[in-house]
Amino acid sequence: MYELIAQYPLFAALFAMVGLGLIFGALLGYAAVRFKTEGNPIVDQINEILPQTQCGQCGHPGCRPYAEAIADGEAINKCPPGGQAGVQALADLLDVDAIPLDEEHGEESVSQVAYIREDECIGCTKCIQACPVDAILGAAKHMHTVIASECTGCDLCVEPCPVDCIDMISEEESLQTWSWQLPDPVSREVDIIATDAQATEEAA
Amino acid sequence: MALMRITSPHTHGPMSTSRVMQNVLLATVPGVIVLTHFFGFGTLVNIIWASILAIAFEALALSLRKRPLGFYLGDYSAVVTAVLLGIALPPYSPWWLIAVGIASAILMAKHLYGGLGYNPFNPAMVGYVVLLISFPVQMTSWAAPRGVGELPGLMEALQACFTPTNFDAVTMATPLDVLKQNNSLLIEDLWQQNVQFGRWAGIGWEWASLAFLAGGLWLLYQRVFTWHAPVAMLGAVALMAALFYDGGSSASGGSPLFHLLSGATMFGAFFIVTDPVSSAVSTRGRLVYGALIGLLVYLIRVYGNYPDAVAFAVLIMNFAAPFIDQYTQPRTYGHAKRGDANE
Amino acid sequence: MRQVYGFHGGIHPPENKHQSVAAPIADAGIPDALVLPLSQHIGAPAIPAVEVGQHVLKGQVIAEPAGVVSVPLHAPTSGTISAIEDRQIAHPSGHTARCIVIATDGKDEWINHQGLEDYEAADRSELLSIIRSAGIAGMGGAGFPTAVKLAVKPETHIETLIINGTECEPYITADDILMRERAEKIVEGAEILAHLVQPDEILIGVEDNKPESIVALQAAAEGTAVEIVTFPTKYPSGGEKQLIEILTGKQVPSGDLPAAVGVVCQNVGSAVAVRDAIIEGKPLISRVTTVTGEGVSEPRNYDVLLGSSMAHLLELAGYQHEKNKRLIMGGPMMGFTVPDAHVPVVKTTNCILAPTEAELPTPPPAQACIRCGMCAEACPASLLPQQLFWFSQGKEFEKAEQHNLFDCIECGACSFVCPSNIPLVQYYRAAKAEVIQIRKDTEKSEHSRIRFEARQARLEREDAEKEAKRAARKKAAEEKARLAAEQGNAEEDPIQAAIDRAKAKKAAQASGGDASESEQEKLEKAVATTRKRLNTATAKLDAAKQEGSDFIDALQTGVDKTRAKLDAAEQALHDYQQANTANEEPAEDQSSANAAQVAIQKAMAARAAEADKSPADKAREALQKLEARLQKSEARLAEGKAAGEEEKIISALESTVERLREKVAKAQSQTQETEAS
Repeated sequence: MYELIAQYPLFAALFAMVGLGLIFGALLGYAAVRFKTEGNPIVDQINEILPQTQCGQCGHPGCRPYAEAIADGEAINKCPPGGQAGVQALADLLDVDAIPLDEEHGEESVSQVAYIREDECIGCTKCIQACPVDAILGAAKHMHTVIASECTGCDLCVEPCPVDCIDMISEEESLQTWSWQLPDPVSREVDIIATDAQATEEAA
Repeated sequence: MALMRITSPHTHGPMSTSRVMQNVLLATVPGVIVLTHFFGFGTLVNIIWASILAIAFEALALSLRKRPLGFYLGDYSAVVTAVLLGIALPPYSPWWLIAVGIASAILMAKHLYGGLGYNPFNPAMVGYVVLLISFPVQMTSWAAPRGVGELPGLMEALQACFTPTNFDAVTMATPLDVLKQNNSLLIEDLWQQNVQFGRWAGIGWEWASLAFLAGGLWLLYQRVFTWHAPVAMLGAVALMAALFYDGGSSASGGSPLFHLLSGATMFGAFFIVTDPVSSAVSTRGRLVYGALIGLLVYLIRVYGNYPDAVAFAVLIMNFAAPFIDQYTQPRTYGHAKRGDANE
Repeated sequence: MRQVYGFHGGIHPPENKHQSVAAPIADAGIPDALVLPLSQHIGAPAIPAVEVGQHVLKGQVIAEPAGVVSVPLHAPTSGTISAIEDRQIAHPSGHTARCIVIATDGKDEWINHQGLEDYEAADRSELLSIIRSAGIAGMGGAGFPTAVKLAVKPETHIETLIINGTECEPYITADDILMRERAEKIVEGAEILAHLVQPDEILIGVEDNKPESIVALQAAAEGTAVEIVTFPTKYPSGGEKQLIEILTGKQVPSGDLPAAVGVVCQNVGSAVAVRDAIIEGKPLISRVTTVTGEGVSEPRNYDVLLGSSMAHLLELAGYQHEKNKRLIMGGPMMGFTVPDAHVPVVKTTNCILAPTEAELPTPPPAQACIRCGMCAEACPASLLPQQLFWFSQGKEFEKAEQHNLFDCIECGACSFVCPSNIPLVQYYRAAKAEVIQIRKDTEKSEHSRIRFEARQARLEREDAEKEAKRAARKKAAEEKARLAAEQGNAEEDPIQAAIDRAKAKKAAQASGGDASESEQEKLEKAVATTRKRLNTATAKLDAAKQEGSDFIDALQTGVDKTRAKLDAAEQALHDYQQANTANEEPAEDQSSANAAQVAIQKAMAARAAEADKSPADKAREALQKLEARLQKSEARLAEGKAAGEEEKIISALESTVERLREKVAKAQSQTQETEAS
């Protein structure tokens, strides 16, 4: 054996390569089994990024169905409540290019809360059936009310209301919710990066 | 009258970026004077021509990027780059050499990355290395020091820069070159056979190095930078030289003193390694950064292809700076362990 | 001499303290009106306990605490409550907040109050409740309720009680002058606090730039357990965490309270307030405030009633408002600009700074960060401010958190030394707010997801149950048919009948086509079955009558009831048919099970249609939609009236129609506008 190898360097090389391949293959195979990481299925990870408003603006009945659709290759830009930041996060997760939000599915807006004008409510329960997160309380022929802390602002209850008594109220900034904003370079005295501002406007 | 509404703090210390840059410029003055004294007006011409070009290129880049000129030129960063490159280039360099170097430094190394503060590499060193690789002949012909060769006057210096005449007659190998190419002589013999070696590390070189050391110490006193990076670098160079110095055999790498005072060691330690933009950020990080540069400088000088190595060492460590940052986060108040950006 | 430790970083800004400390504390008097915000502390705002028009005495409780981390509010002088309304307060946002306004009567009449004669005999919880009901909240600037801070768990051993007399912020001298003039009270307060937390040692920490204070305190502390410790002046040694490190060498763990390292820290002003509350029974109704800056001609300290307007104090100090472009509450390092000079002084107002432009110039535009690292050298929390800045600017909040963003105390030392004039603190504040918002959003979305999934599960379960019931019924019917067939006396084949029925249903659906038909069918079915039941019941009744059974009465009522039901069913069918002819809108009668799905589809369609439309189109669209909704509502109203529904519903429908008409009118004018433009 040794002499054969010594005589034919070609065999030596072949032998070495095959041997190394087998050894490393075995090592890798063992490592793959031994150190297997239990990751979340991709659908769960996508679902975690989606804002869970369950608004259906993407055309799916809820966030999880959309997460499943994304996992099957649907576009990632159909979620207005998640905004551009959400698209970015999805793009990072799925390692694809971040694309601008598809306006066909609505525009990114401030968070809202549904409010039922209670003296006008006739107790038809239509909004209750439409609410994807059971955030509306009430019974037939009795006044309904929105549990504000549970409301995702999806506005699915507005359309079914026969007496049009549901308003979407934007959460206004108050003393409690106020915070400093990141400094805005444009507002400072010198127009340092005015061109950047223009560029973003054009892009928008 | 409406009252202003801005965030705290409402007061500000006296330091500004422009002043930092001005201090750096001031601190180069002693070194430039010594260089001019020993090597003639070549360095001064280099610096002035480089500064003019740098301001022009900076203005060009800013106007292409539609930024206000006055505001950005006022930070003096372009001039600092120009002065540093001007000092690093051999005296009596032709005008186009400087132009190529400055263009690489300002346009490529700085503005392509987004301007001051965003450049991952030291612009002056990028310019230097581009030239060193592209034009090795011009970059390695250094003028002979006073007392060895004839020093050209100011007019000749200008001619050397702006006309095609070549001053081969007055150039000679630097001590580092000689040491690099030496493989038969003992160190002692080298000293005896080559006049330019001077007392410790070369006529002119040793005094220029001391002048840059003085300028650097003044900057330290002015608190423009901290001692960590330069001390770590000089310490590493000295330590390496001490470890590998065998007392003067032909294979020897030169004494610690020789390495500290020759070439760009001092200049690099106080004016290049301390460039904050491209270095590591924490004090601990800067210690590591400086020490690794020192190590690389010695390794390249003694075992590499080039006689001097500050530019390469700095650029290589610029690559490593973000990595160093990751592992050298300081321990934050109230935390038991040092932070690790990887956790 | 006691060993003092150092802390990392720190700066030496110009102190500018001598201007305001030359004159003694002056009384600011009683202004005509006092405005008392309900939230002068960290925690829930207090709840008003008085009504407009009510007369209150000095020291009377006018607002009660709301929860544990909250303190009450007292009338600073006697007078009448003139309003409880939203007023501008000292807050960087410029937002308004609920305030109690007192029109003072100048009599300054005290309510009955009495101190404890011997506090050492009093129970710990009693002392704490006195401190709480005196409304004392940290007077150093943060405003954390003092009683909460003192209520350390009994099992925690407190080694050191620190009274903070550092006052490291430039310009402010309120604590300095307090220590000079009221050193005895501070020492007495310190002893009371010590009685509460039972520490091994009591330290009053003072920076060495206040020699007069040190002398006064040392004289007052003679013969007591209180020790005065001095240390070199450096900003921000007055920060609680920094002071603890200076005096004890210990660091408070990140996210923990000082009690975790056996330390309780209180400001000298709070110590005096505690002393006044315990010994004299006086609640916190006034405080010492520095008025300084070159914008006032006579900078000095005032003993001012809470709620006095800042303008009142500034006038007393000779305010030259033309010189002053920004008014700062607090010092130049951590203070914030107030929107208006007429905001009230609150419990945390230690200084009102009115600088001239030359004194504190407007910050120039920020230059690029050159990573010089001066900020990292100055940072007292050993953070890397330049890295935090890059992460905040790039909105890489996760990395910012990894670099311990939340350990930043916002002292401003980094911004002070920044050669590029970058407003670093603002970046950190914004980043912190953003991170907190993201955390909240994540929490909320997680919650919504759970609720959504629970609802889906419930709907599925309900469907499954319905399905099971249907299957069971079907099985029973088949069984019955089989039995009937076996008996051989079936007049008709039930299976054939079922098939016929299904065919009929299909035909009906094909002709009618939508849900409203099935509704009608249902009603028809109801009528038919009721009629059938009536027939059987009547037959049974007849049979019983013939037999002369005892159950005739019962059967009679049964028949009557069934007849009534039949009438009702017929009426319902009739109504329905009528309504259906009146109302062509199919949406009205969507079957309820898939209401959400339908809503989604509708909303989708609407949005799809809305994309790529000019504003005029959009407006016209909106108008059309509104008109449709109006028609729908009108139809519903007519239907309701015809069906003779309840008055409440009718009126609700009427008002809906009214409102929609208004909306339509508005939309019309808008459409015209957009089309015109």
